[in-house]
This record gives sequence, structure tokens and C-alpha cells, in this order.
Amino acid sequence: MTRLISVAGAFTRRAAILTLVGMATASAAPPTDSIEQRVQPCLACHGETKIDLEGGYVPHLAGKPAGYLFNQLLNYRDARRRHRAMEYMVSHLADDYLWEMARYFAERDVPYPQPAGEPMSEAQRARGQRLVRDGDPARDVPACQACHGERLTGVQPNTPGLLGLPRVYLMAQLGSWRVGTRRAAAPDCMHTVAERLSPQDIQAVSAWLAAQPVPAERKPAADPVVDPPLECGSVALPRP
Amino acid sequence: MRSKLLAVVALFAVLLSASAHGADPERIARGEYLARAGNCAGCHTAPGGEAFAGGRAVASPFGTFYAPNITADRATGIGEWSAEQFWNALHLGKRADGSPLYPACPYPNFTRVQRADVDAIYAYLRSLPPVRRSNPPHELSWFVSARPLMRVWQWLFFEPGEFREDPAKSGQWNRGAYLVQGLGHCSACHVERNAFGAEGDSRTGRGGRVHGWYAPSLYSRAEAGLQGWPLARAAALLRHGKAGDASVMGPMADVVFNSLQHLSEDDVLAMATYLAALPERPVEPAGREPRLSQAQRDTALELGRKVYRDHCQDCHGDEGQGSKAAPRLAGNRAVAMADRGNLVQIVRHGGYPPSTAGNPRPFGMPPFYQLSERELDAVITYIRRREG
Repeated sequence: MTRLISVAGAFTRRAAILTLVGMATASAAPPTDSIEQRVQPCLACHGETKIDLEGGYVPHLAGKPAGYLFNQLLNYRDARRRHRAMEYMVSHLADDYLWEMARYFAERDVPYPQPAGEPMSEAQRARGQRLVRDGDPARDVPACQACHGERLTGVQPNTPGLLGLPRVYLMAQLGSWRVGTRRAAAPDCMHTVAERLSPQDIQAVSAWLAAQPVPAERKPAADPVVDPPLECGSVALPRP
Repeated sequence: MRSKLLAVVALFAVLLSASAHGADPERIARGEYLARAGNCAGCHTAPGGEAFAGGRAVASPFGTFYAPNITADRATGIGEWSAEQFWNALHLGKRADGSPLYPACPYPNFTRVQRADVDAIYAYLRSLPPVRRSNPPHELSWFVSARPLMRVWQWLFFEPGEFREDPAKSGQWNRGAYLVQGLGHCSACHVERNAFGAEGDSRTGRGGRVHGWYAPSLYSRAEAGLQGWPLARAAALLRHGKAGDASVMGPMADVVFNSLQHLSEDDVLAMATYLAALPERPVEPAGREPRLSQAQRDTALELGRKVYRDHCQDCHGDEGQGSKAAPRLAGNRAVAMADRGNLVQIVRHGGYPPSTAGNPRPFGMPPFYQLSERELDAVITYIRRREG
């Protein structure tokens, strides 16, 4: 597990640098007194013009539920989710401002490239697909689809989509949940899920998710999940 | 009768102990305000941890200190401490058992705080729910790991004493001096420390170092001094983190966000009054900038100009004149300052000034992780080209 995390960490550094080099040539300057101008520091890493799903580590933000993005910003600010650059960036920003930033990215609608399809064994593909669609009832692992939406594009207001994300990023998140460097409001359902997964499960589910095409309709599902398999503290967290 | 008597005695005992613990809500509220002014939580709250339960790592040249739990927990906090012991800690640098505190806790500043204020902070901390959280041991270099050595340190470098008003100065100046020298513990970062980690005998006039940043001198207009500033502007910078073209970044942004923005307008104005009246002292540069030949300098400027055009100009303007979204660089003292360490931090890691009532939606600086060391150095040389 630790090795998995350190591999993800090494990817993080390399990929972050690659992504950054890609975005360095920014597009037309936004109007000065605007939220676009105010989120320029975010775009240095979360750029939208050259989303790099193959080697990239940094996740996209566009179109994710605003409530999810807001919760992550609070988690970084209050160190429930650890990432040095993110913690530094938001450590002295107030709730209302973070909410405005979250809303900006949630309302963005930019085209996503299709995944390149990294190599994956047949066994991995089968295991990944089973976990995403059916979970593993023997170990009480719910299906990803049960909470993240039938189309896996997330559920309003606070549950993120799982498609269009780099494999290393997905692996690193599940690893972080296991070791506690990513936490959410109690009860922290993703910690529970990640603890029930083996390193092989994490690799398989990440590889499978990262290989799926991003559907044309990327919007998160509007209706809440009826009868969720686990209780999640962050699902109903309020907004400012 | 006997049981009634017992009940009365018990009631008295409860009332007595409640008042001894300072359950007076006004005093607790005052204590909360003063704990903000001292930014106690800045060190005594771990990232993501419970308030005042300790555990934050404080790096120093002598090793890593872990700020202890100061909640009222009896086993791991200060639940067993009397008000007298708490006073001894802040005023005399003594732990409950009488052994000396490491000066990682700025008691050389807190010794200036008056007894009533220390008691209010004590009452406030006691009013919070106790949190059981053991204190991790400090990880110190061998030569300071023996705590009794701190007695020698205190004998050499520490003089306890409450703040005494200067009757020749205004009430506002005195209030400011009290806050800046005492709870605000500004000098803990803004004054260079000697080889023993003590401030006070700096002959260079330099500021100090904190978290990889340079805390510029408050005694020099060329650095962070507020001498000659209109008072309202100086106070706005302290309270809102931004005043006109000037803003705070890095560790000072944390100070404004966690402490200064919560202080009353009068108190911040008083601090500005005192800071603006500090005597001016020249700052001796820490080391000369690398001496470049004319050819080397030309090469650096050429590369720096290119980096500037590609990455900086859109917001900071072709002549470094700045825009609404980005500060002016030409003539900006943060750019011109002898120590260029903060520029490296800002260009490399970017960052936001704090969001406060006076500046709720600050513009931020993007990080430039992709620049090579050479490019970073060149662009800094370029934006400092007029500073000689």
C-alpha cells in the first residue's frame, strides 16, 4: 500500500510538472475584475485547455458539483485533505470566497478528451468493472455506481463524478483515504470503502474508471441517491 | 436541617469554584479576544486538529518543537494548572513543575502582558471543552535537548517584566506598544535572532526568518516599516491584509487571517500608531547578491525579460506598473528589498493575500513551478533591474 502511494506521489510530481508546462501559454486574458481573473492561481495547475488524461495527475474541476468542490477547498484549508500546494493556496481564504470559486468551476462546461486507454489486463478489467457496477457484497463493498450515479458523473449536491480522471489520481485518492491523508466529514464513508479494498482492487478500479469514455452528458445527476448503501457525512453538508 | 446546611455549603462551593475558574462570561469573551490577539491557536492547534489541543510542528534551527495541548484536559492539557501557574508560564517562562519553557513559545513577548489579561486568557481556555491529546516529544538537536540549559538561556537573554505605560506618549501609542510588544509578539518573527535563538542584540537591523520566508524589519521604510504611512492605511494593511497597492502574503497572511482581522479597529489603529513611530534603523544586507559580470547580467536580463513577457506582463503590465489584479512591481519595496527570498517564494509558489472583511475576494498570484532555477533567478533579476 505504501508503495502504491509513493508511486502515486512520484507520478504526482512528474505529472504536475508536465501539466504545468502545457498550460503555461494561457489563453486570452480574462476581464480584470472577474472571478476568472481571481482563479488564475488555480488554473496554473487545473488548466482547462490541455487536460492531460494520460500522464496527468492534477484532476479537472469543470462541471463537478459545486458542493463537492467547496467541501474539498474546506478540507484543504482545514487540513483534512493533505496536499502541500493546495493547503498553502487556500489556507487563509474565507468560506464565501471559496464557495464562489467552487461555483465558478462547477459552472464551467469544457470539452473533455477521450481516454487514451492505458494497458490493462483482462483480469484487471473484469475486476474493475465488477467493483464499479456491482461492488463486492462478500466484503460489503458497495458499487461505485450506487452513490456516484448510474452514469458515474456524480450526484448533486456534493458527490463527485469519477470519469475523466487520471488513473494515478484515482489510485492516490483511494490510497489517501486508507491512510487518512484524505478525510471527509464523519461518517467518512470513503474511508470505510477504501479500507475494504485490496491494493489490487484499487489498481483495477482506478484503471477501469480511467479507461471509460466521458459521456456527452457530463452533468451530475440532479436527484439524490435513494437508500444509499453507506452513510456519508459529506453528502448533506451545507453551503455558506 | 443538616442536609439543608450541606446543600448550602455545596452551593457555595460550586459558586466559589466557578468564580475561581473565571466562569464570568465577560471575562471569557475578553480572554477569547486576547487569545486571538496572541494567535495562540496559530501554534497550539494542529492542522486539522481540535482547537488548542496542540501538536503543530514548529521548525527552528534547534530542531522541531511541538506546541503542547493547552486545553483544560487534566492528563494531557493544562487542566491541573492554577491561574498562578499559567501566569508563571507566560510571565516567567516556567512550566507548572517550575522547569523552564523553551523560547519557541514567545514568552519573552508575553511577559509584557498584564496579569488581568493573562487571567482572562486562562479563564477562556478553561471554558473550552477539554481535549485529550498527548503531546509529542520535541525533536531537538542534542545541544539544546537538556531543558535545564534553558535556565542559562533565560539568565542571559530573558528579562521578565510587565508593560509599563510611557506617560510622555499618547494612550493610543501605549495601547499599541502593549499589543505589539506583548500578545502580538511581532518581534518574534520580525527581529533577527542571534546564534542562541534570542532577539534583542541585532546589530544588523535585519528581520527574522519564518517558514522559509524573510519577515522584514519593522524599523526600516525600505522593508516592512510603517514610518511615514498615513495611519489609516497602515491600520488597513494590518487588519485587511491589503491597503492600496500593498498586501501581505505568506506567513503574514496567516497572521492577518487568524489574528489581526478579528481585532477591534481601535486596537489595530493603536498598533499602527506605535509601529509608525518606531525609530528607523538601516538594514545591513545579509549577503551580497552574486556578483555578475556585465555579460552575465545581460544574459540574465535577456532571459528574464523573455520570462516576464511570457508569464508576468499580462497582469503586472509591460513596465511593471501593475493592474487592478496585480501589484505594481516598479518601486515596490517587496521587490526592491535587499533579501530576495520572498520573491523566490512568491514567484515559485504563488499564493493569495488573506480574504478579510476589507478585502473579501483577493486576487492571487499563480505558482510557477515550471520555471527552471535559472529562469526564476533571471526574472527576479529582471524585475529588480532598476534597484541597482
